Amino acid sequence: MAYLEIKDFQKSFGNLQVLKGINLTINKGEVVSIIGSSGSGKTTLLRCINFLEKADSGEMLLDNEVLLDASKEGKYNEKELREKRLNFGLVFQSFNLFPQYNVINNITLAPTLLIKEQAKAYKKDLISNSELTKKEIKKAVAEFIANKKVQIQENGLELLKTIDLIDKKDSYPCELSGGQCQRVAIARALALNPKVLCFDEPTSALDPELTGEVLKVIKSLKQKDRTMIIVTHEMGFAKSVSDKVIFMADGCIEEEGTPDQIFSNPKSEKLKSFLSNIDNKDG
Amino acid sequence: MDFWSVTQSLLQGFGVTCLIFIITLIFSLPLGLVISFGSMSKFKPLSAITKVFVWVIRGIPLMLQVFIVYYMIKINGKNLWGEVNRFFYFELGWAVGPPELNGEGYGGLIAVLIAFIINYACYFSEIFRGGIESVSKGQYEAGKVLGMTKNQIFNKVVLLQVIKRILAPMGNEIITLVKDTALSNSIGILEIIMVSKTFTSKAIWPLFYSGAFYLIFVGILTLLFGYLEKKLKFFKE
Ligand SMILES: Nc1ncnc2c1ncn2[C@@H]1O[C@H](COP(=O)(O)OP(=O)(O)OP(=O)(O)O)[C@@H](O)[C@H]1O
Ligand SMILES: [Mg+2]
Repeated sequence: MAYLEIKDFQKSFGNLQVLKGINLTINKGEVVSIIGSSGSGKTTLLRCINFLEKADSGEMLLDNEVLLDASKEGKYNEKELREKRLNFGLVFQSFNLFPQYNVINNITLAPTLLIKEQAKAYKKDLISNSELTKKEIKKAVAEFIANKKVQIQENGLELLKTIDLIDKKDSYPCELSGGQCQRVAIARALALNPKVLCFDEPTSALDPELTGEVLKVIKSLKQKDRTMIIVTHEMGFAKSVSDKVIFMADGCIEEEGTPDQIFSNPKSEKLKSFLSNIDNKDG
Repeated sequence: MDFWSVTQSLLQGFGVTCLIFIITLIFSLPLGLVISFGSMSKFKPLSAITKVFVWVIRGIPLMLQVFIVYYMIKINGKNLWGEVNRFFYFELGWAVGPPELNGEGYGGLIAVLIAFIINYACYFSEIFRGGIESVSKGQYEAGKVLGMTKNQIFNKVVLLQVIKRILAPMGNEIITLVKDTALSNSIGILEIIMVSKTFTSKAIWPLFYSGAFYLIFVGILTLLFGYLEKKLKFFKE
């Protein structure tokens, strides 16, 4: 059963149509890689999925819930957008860590900022569904907040262990290597426990000897059944980590299939020439 | 005319200098932020008007702006600043220095402050704008995908990076403000230079002495900004 379903995504910038009707389904726990030449619209697709860009037309369903129906609504307000965005995580090519926060605070910042709203909702719930006095509610809410903070901190440390950077928890991004920064960025995205985690060329900004450590972390996430969409130029990695590979060309999905089908048995001419170009470069 | 009486008079003048400096800062910093938001607004007419305004204010000498604010209100028959001063002097019992040397007293001071606040707000707004625009789009987007609100992104992510970037130009501008306060003596405000000038018929050293006040003030500010810059060295973009 499809977990994430994208129907006919279209997106133009001025006269330039960048996405020309993208259809995509992803099952829960699946890892989908997107490959394709520069300018084919891979980043734009991820940005539309993450609501950084609004698709001009199309629909998106996640876990049977309609997240986007471009034909129906006008604009979402900021709060709706934020709630929708929280279903997804996005790891950028250039990390975009917050330079003024140390590693652990980079990871815990966003969840911590969400507490206030959660506490408000919790309080509202208590007021309407419990017999507690005002004072008791106040106490319960304070406890709720304190517990959340502890949880977020523990979760952050746990994530740092999984990316093997626990000893860097007090370092600032400027003191880390690119590979370490990207691992922190992954942990930061995971801290909000997104339903689908997206990566936009997570290793493109890294020196070749640093890509391995990042790819290893992503692979470990696959083991934990995280649903992921990975835009990548690392064909070897795409081959080994993906359940499904999508080849994009000129704003369309030109071909999709298992890694075997795509890399060993390409059908379309565009894919064939794309793959042979890469082989030439590598060789 | 001994050293101590000169010191006392100069201190009084220096008090006026500091008053102009501090009040200008307190009001022009937030106003500058508002103006910078205006000039960055996606609403084109607003950003265009703001940019023209900033261009005009930065393009005209501050002294002329002081004169314009001061005399504009005089032209309409009644001297508003004189009225203002009378109110402060007689109703509240406040005076800036001895009345006979005082121009329009508080009235003139307020004219100076209005001109200074608007002028410096425009300079600050350009510094703020430069700082805010230099923060990479990626920082905003990272905040967005992490579910932060616009305010959270600005306050928790962008602000400190902006402060770090604008610290040096702000330091320069604020030090310039210390010295620009002297322009207020063009409408007879008794700031420190005006006071020291009253001694020149007898001796010249009070002029040098007043310079020492500026040097010490600017020295303290330089140390302060150096300290802040050091404080923000812990991160790099
Ligand atoms: N904000 C924008 N405004 C105008 N054009 C844009 C914008 N964003 C992307 N484009 C254009 O859309 C096209 C697709 O861009 P996109 O970044 O999605 O490609 P990509 O597949 O990610 O390429 P790459 O492999 O180089 O990252 C490009 O021609 C690009 O110039
Ligand atoms: Mg891209």
